Order: sequence, then C-alpha cells, then structure tokens
Amino acid sequence: MSTLTSDTRRVIYQRPEALVDTSTHYCPGCGHGIIHRLVAELLDEMHLAPSTIGVASVGCSVFAYDYLAVDFVESPHGRAPAVATGVRRVRPDAFVFTYQGDGDLAAIGTAEIVHAAARGERISVIFVNNGIYGMTGGQMAPTTLLGQHTTSSPAGRDAGLAGYPIPITEMLALLPGVTYAARGSIADPPLIGRTKAMLRRAFQVQLAGAGLSIVEILSTCPVGWGMTPTEAMAHVAHDVVETYPLGVMVDRLKVPATGAREA
Amino acid sequence: MVIAVNQVFEPLDIDAAHCKGCGLCVDVCPHHLLELDTSIVNELGYHPTRLTDAAACTSCVLCARVCPDAVFTVFARPKGT
Amino acid sequence: MVLMTTATAEPASQADQAPRPVLMKGNEAMAEAAIQAGCDAYFGYPITPQAELLEWMARRMPELGRVFVQAESELGAINMALGAAATGARVLVSSSSPGMSLMAEAMSYMAGSEVPMVLINVMRGGPGLGSIGPSQADYFQATKGHGHGDYRVPVLAPSSISEAVALTADAFEVAERYRTPVIILADGVMGQAMEPVVPVYRTPAREPAGWELTGAVERDPRVVRSLHLRPEELEAHNHHLQAKYAAITEHEVRWAGEDLDDADIVIVAYGTSARVARTAVERAREQGLRVGIFRPISLWPFPSAELAAVALGARAVVVVEMSAGQMVEDVRLALGGRTPIFFHGRTGGMVPTPGEVVEAVVHAAAVTAPHLAGHPSPDGTKAVTR
Repeated sequence: MSTLTSDTRRVIYQRPEALVDTSTHYCPGCGHGIIHRLVAELLDEMHLAPSTIGVASVGCSVFAYDYLAVDFVESPHGRAPAVATGVRRVRPDAFVFTYQGDGDLAAIGTAEIVHAAARGERISVIFVNNGIYGMTGGQMAPTTLLGQHTTSSPAGRDAGLAGYPIPITEMLALLPGVTYAARGSIADPPLIGRTKAMLRRAFQVQLAGAGLSIVEILSTCPVGWGMTPTEAMAHVAHDVVETYPLGVMVDRLKVPATGAREA
Repeated sequence: MVIAVNQVFEPLDIDAAHCKGCGLCVDVCPHHLLELDTSIVNELGYHPTRLTDAAACTSCVLCARVCPDAVFTVFARPKGT
Repeated sequence: MVLMTTATAEPASQADQAPRPVLMKGNEAMAEAAIQAGCDAYFGYPITPQAELLEWMARRMPELGRVFVQAESELGAINMALGAAATGARVLVSSSSPGMSLMAEAMSYMAGSEVPMVLINVMRGGPGLGSIGPSQADYFQATKGHGHGDYRVPVLAPSSISEAVALTADAFEVAERYRTPVIILADGVMGQAMEPVVPVYRTPAREPAGWELTGAVERDPRVVRSLHLRPEELEAHNHHLQAKYAAITEHEVRWAGEDLDDADIVIVAYGTSARVARTAVERAREQGLRVGIFRPISLWPFPSAELAAVALGARAVVVVEMSAGQMVEDVRLALGGRTPIFFHGRTGGMVPTPGEVVEAVVHAAAVTAPHLAGHPSPDGTKAVTR
C-alpha cells in the first residue's frame, strides 16, 4: 500500500481497459484468463475496441462476452466462423474475431472453419487448444494427445479406436485464403510474449485487408488434466509441443500468393 | 508533490480479492518474492498471492504477464529507491 | 461505412397508368421482392426447388453492391445470416425442406437471441431426401418450432406469386417489429411456376432499435445471445418471449375467405392447395353445393378464432393439404369438436386435383346431409388420404 499522499508511481503494467473488471469463472491457472488478457491488451494498444464485433463460441469460453468489453454475438457450437462471416460481410469496417476452443473449431465446427478459410474471410480466429472438453467435464477432444486420459478415453487415447490428434491449423495453412496461421503457447512468459506477437500479427493481417488469420494457442486445463497449474504449464511446454510444434506456418502477407484475395 | 517521510516504494499492487491462488506467479518470479498467503482466504475461496519483499522486486513484470486474472499492477521503481 | 441500403434499387412505379405485369418465376419474384424490400444480405445453398432464388440473388446482389454468399451448407448459411442480422442488417435466407432441417438449431438460437430475419422455405416432398415435387409437409416444422425450446416463429403462407411478393415485404416488417425470424412457407409449385406479377414493391422503413451490434463507439458494449444460465433469469427471458408471441398472436393474424357468405361446407387450405380448392369450389357450386374457402395466410399465429367463427355456420369442414395431415390438427384444435372435419391430402410431391377436392366435398356433404343434422359422428374426421 502506497504511503504517498498522491500516487505518483509510474505504471509499467496494468489491467487492460478492454478486460472487464470482474472475476472470471475460469479455474485457477486456466489459460483462457491469460489469452483473454492478451486479446484485451491488443485491443487497447491497437485502439480496436470501439470497432470490434466479437463472436463468442461454446466451451469454457462461452462467457467471453462478459470479460471483453466489446460488442459480441454468441454463436451456436462450431458455427462461429460462419457467424463471423455474416458479421464481416455486412460490416466491412468492423474488426471481427472468433474465440473458439478445440471442440468448437476442430470437431463440430470443422466445415465452418474450413470454408471461412477457403473463402479467405477477413476475420481473426483465436483458437484455444487445450486438448480436452473442459466445460462438459473433461472428455476427449480432436486434439487430445495419443495416450492422454480423459473421461471418454479413460484408458488413454488409442489411435485404433479414436484416431489421431488433428493438426487442423497446419491443414488450414494449405489454403490460399489463409493469410496468416501460427501456433503459440502460454507455458511461460517468453512464450506468452511470442503468442501475443502472433496475435498482433493476425490482427494486423485483418486490418491490412488480407485473408483469414488464425492463431492456435496451446493452453492448459489443469482441472481436466488432473494437474496443478504449474504441472499443466510444464505439460504444455514439454509434451504438447511434441504433437503440436510452435511457430508460424504461413504468413502470406510477407509473400503474397498469386491470386491473393484483394482487400 | 508531498512526500511522506520514511516512504516505502511498493512496486506491485495486487488485487487479492480476484486472485485465484493458481501459483503461476510464484513459479515465474525470478527472485522468488511471491508466495500464496495461507493465512488469508479471499471471498473466492483462495489463498491470494503476496509480495514478501518489496525492496527486492525489480518490476520485471513477469508475474503480470503470466497472471490469468490480471491482478497485478506493476510500477517502475523510482531512482534511488 | 455500413453495408446497409436505405433506398429501393428501382423506384416504385409512379406511372399514371398501372404498371404492366411481368411474367416471373415464383422463386425469382420472391427474390426480387426481398431485394426491393431492402434486403442487405442473402445467404443460401443450392437445393431444388429453390435454386433459382439463390441464382437470382447471386446476380442481383453484387450488381447492387449488397452481400451474397453461397455457403458451404445450409448450416453455414443460416449461421452467416445470424451474424449479419445481429448487426442490424436486413437478411434473407432461402432453402427447401431438407435444408430447413439443418437450420433447426439456428432457429432456436435466433428466437432466443431475438434476431430478426426472413427465411423462405420452398417445400418439397419428404421425409428425408424425399422428392423434388411440391409439398406442404413442413407445416409442423414451421409452426410448431424447428428447434428446441419454448419459442414460436411467425409463418406466412402465400398462395400466389403476387401474394408471395407482397408477403415478402410484410415478413421483413414483422421480423423487425418483433425481433424474430419469420418464415415464408411456399412450395415447389409456387417456386417453379411463372405468373404475371405487377412489379410494384414495398420497402418497409428501418428503425434501429438499440440492440444492434455496430461497434461500441461511445456506448456500452452490447451482446446478442441466448444463454441465460441462472434459471430465474432464463425464466424471465422466456416470459418476455411469450409476451412477444402473445402480441404477435393479437396483431399479426392474416387470413382470406372466398364464397363464405352462404357456405355450409368450408374448405380450409393454404398455399397451392387453396389455388386447387378455388377451382374445386367453382365446380362444386355448379353442382349446387354451397362451398367456400377459409384460407389461412398466417399459419402461426393460426387464425383459430376467425376459423371457429366461420365454421360455426357450417355443417362440415374439409381440410386439403399436400401432406398426410398437419394443419388439420390446428383446425381440430380451433373447432373443438363442434364441426365435423374431413381431410384430403396428397403426399410425396403429388398435387391434389380439383376433381379430388370436389369428391371430398361431395363426400363430406353426403355424410353430414341435413337429415343427419344433430348427430355428427363423435370423431368428425374422416381421412380420405390416398
């Protein structure tokens, strides 16, 4: 507590304005909290909040509209890229993003994300991959690792029965309509910083009038994984990256493809 | 500007009421200056984090970067404090 | 800049004489009516028998600088529409029966989120992949609620292409007045046939209501959603929706009657069935039967009170549908057993003929002949379905 009669301390970091000043329902150590914060920081830094229309999806992040202080439309499960397409097409000047989990994007919503990407929709997709269905109690997701124990793969994910984790972002990066595709993680502060840079780049791609931008972020679900927050971060840093390596898969704004969609 | 005598510079304001005691800041502080205060249970039901030695904090901001609940406000240490 | 239109693309005719009718295909006429009504965005997917509507929009919307998207599926289309409509845009979606099934989920979300839009269902034979012939077998789907939860959706049923044109403008108006999706229930005959249409259109006024997502510039953020986790909150929201539906029921009933003044047998039919019934009425009257038609135009809210009043003076009601019998249940509910009900239906894409309807009327007349008056059969319904 400051003992100065007027607070003249120079702030070098504070809670972003675009992050609503309220406690979230997320579990302790949940990656959503960090990622929401990064999005809010960028909305502040890039002055995007007044023109933003966000598309919330279904999963633990269903309440994103209570935590980010921008206009939001709630989408049915998986349909966010289609809903965002509708928003984008009638509001050319809006800043539009979707915020989706792994079930939303890579299970029920696979058609919607593939086609929004194919059309090169000028939206930014924030894809939170924690390899599990947290909201419904910890079931297997399309991105669950082989051998990972979940409530619907209690013996560990078996490729013969349940297939392999889907590298959906690598698949999407093949499409000319995807201008920027990257994967970051939140496992430690330097990685968090690099993920924020990826999100910033994605937002810049949208503002430049280029195609779809997607940032997949390896995140944690301590409760679903049966780990402490500390253990969960270590799991992301060491184990998840073996299946889902970090990096920028494609940045077509630097190297435009022929026939790139016009702004 | 009025300066009180024997002031102590506080490099961090911590919103203890919103802390969920996840412990990620404790892991990340390079000087091991943060700990969960087990003598307090906040309204959310958690032991909030606290700074054990304000003088040793270098305002590196790593705690704020990792915090899922944005409980930290970090201030630059004035020269000479 | 907002991609919304405030003017008609072509001025309504102000000629001294009435404008000449134009021969138009139903699907195209409805599309043009939506354009003239100020439709900002169209989302759709090809499906017979409404592909021409999508194709008309594909050509016209870009000409006018408006939005057209052929989505990856009807599921994509309806969700794009949800997003666009959430920003206050005037949105049209069209499909046919199987595609409408894919939209069931979104109907519930749109009702719960109170998002206005117009959907045109050009009904075809079902169930399942069915046929591409016309049907009226989506009555239950449209009026009882496609999707889950406590909600209703206004349903308008034109019975001619000209009426479809007029109802398209009405549909946008009703949708926006009450913040609800509205269904125009057409069928394959209406979609595919060509009729003279007088090209005079109506553009309902726009009145932003303060819920639209336009970007939180100098105002608090707005959220369009249907999730209300606290039961007390969701109950309150449901009460609000029910109050809305009560208002719609009070103010948006539409129906038309023909030859009812002296009718003692009343045909109840809508859409193409009503067109067939009109010819049947002419022929039946030539045979001395006093027949009239009660034609619901709003299928929800169903004109129950109005039908009951008309049927009071009749000795039989004959319901004609291109289905195995769906609207007939609402007729039964409306009449409360007071008047015997007969039913004639065709399914699978078949259209009833005037002769069949006359036969049904003759049968009803025989069964309820005056000497039997006062002793109607307890179950007044006699199915004559083929």
